[in-house]
Amino acid sequence: MTSLDELRTFLKVDDFQPADVPALFPAAGRRYGREPLTEGWTTDEAARALMLAAVPPAEIHEIYRYGDTAEKLAVLKALPLLPIGDSAVPLLEDALRTNDTRLVAAALGPYADRLSQEAWRQAVLKCVFMGVPLSSVHRLHERADSELGAMLRAFAHERHAAGRDMPPDATALLDRLQED
Amino acid sequence: MRIFDPHIHMTSRTTDDYQRMAEAGVQAVVEPAFWLGQPRTNPGSFTDYFDSLIGWEPFRASQFGIRHHATIALNPKEANDPRCRPVLDLLPRYLAKDGVVAVGEIGYDSMTPAEDEVFAAQLALALDHELPALVHTPHRDKARGTRRSIDVVQESGIDPGRVLLDHLNEVTVAAALEAGLWAGFSIYPDTKMSPDRMVAILREYGVDRVLVNSAADWGKSDPLLTVRTAEAMLAGGFDKDDVDRVLWRNPVEFYGQSGRLDLSDLAEAEATFAGNSILRGGS
Repeated sequence: MTSLDELRTFLKVDDFQPADVPALFPAAGRRYGREPLTEGWTTDEAARALMLAAVPPAEIHEIYRYGDTAEKLAVLKALPLLPIGDSAVPLLEDALRTNDTRLVAAALGPYADRLSQEAWRQAVLKCVFMGVPLSSVHRLHERADSELGAMLRAFAHERHAAGRDMPPDATALLDRLQED
Repeated sequence: MRIFDPHIHMTSRTTDDYQRMAEAGVQAVVEPAFWLGQPRTNPGSFTDYFDSLIGWEPFRASQFGIRHHATIALNPKEANDPRCRPVLDLLPRYLAKDGVVAVGEIGYDSMTPAEDEVFAAQLALALDHELPALVHTPHRDKARGTRRSIDVVQESGIDPGRVLLDHLNEVTVAAALEAGLWAGFSIYPDTKMSPDRMVAILREYGVDRVLVNSAADWGKSDPLLTVRTAEAMLAGGFDKDDVDRVLWRNPVEFYGQSGRLDLSDLAEAEATFAGNSILRGGS
């Protein structure tokens, strides 16, 4: 996984001062551009991750609370790189309550290892329901359990009864869980 | 025909509307923050509303291929409620966002001292944040309200070319254009302005600095009246370039002054529609 140090090296910036972050964070796209930087990170996402590393955890909540979608996505993406323990789990829970497919997908990255198994299963099922590709889900195959299999089976049953298809990646996951 | 609706309250509209707008050529909208019919009683109601204007609503619009930007402000009617006044302190957070292309709707409703203060304070915010301003003119006592709005704009020090005075009509258009402001017209089914009256105004005043919008909201209104006005322009002797000027290039020029108007992917979509399939990865 990409580290904060790598992002700092690629973006060629000095450490951010905490006092500058509230004004810089929303303007990151305008200031640092939105170009690809390294391994799935864009310049604005990298700048935002480094800004979050400069502020206390409580401020990360505040930035997320008042963020537009791009800012929220950048926070969710940065979480696994930040030394914040479990403190940002409520942000994942917030993202998972939305109906924005981008936020739901972003909530299921590596930081989702800190979600309870119950919340994680519901989130995976929500992805299937919304058509979010399951490739967005970190450690899907390690974490998928028989209870998730039962939920997917019931969902497939409803879909078939309605004459509707299951997404192929969900069918594949269900087949694999039934083999185990 | 490509249409940019520079003033429409999509929060109050259904997905059927988005579908019909997209099919009729509406590719971009600006949604100004305004009142919601039911008065709000606390700042939290506003922040949730502003969040939806920069979060959920652009997502909804994108599902129909429509680009959505917003303007943010404390509207003049609710500026009169002291419980809502703390919203002013929350505005800078939102005026910093990429998707926010102006301060608005500001201006007058009943021309009270509270409205004076909040109008002036928000023009100052527009200057601070280097944003244009969208100024609503009152529905009652409109001629006097328009004149007074122009005075307040001139006193604020903002460049008049960065101010759009909206909901104008035959009586109020001349003053706005003479003062160097942009002139906005809201085409409504029965009230503010009709497509045919709009064509007559364009004939008299020209197509410079004129914007046409549907201002569709939770009242009786129609999001396709921009398209109907474009058709009325063509039927009335204007050419396609005039229509494109009023219904696309003028709003792009006005809101483009924010430096934040992002229509980049729409240009790609246009290239694709024009038959260039390279952008589709050969599919």
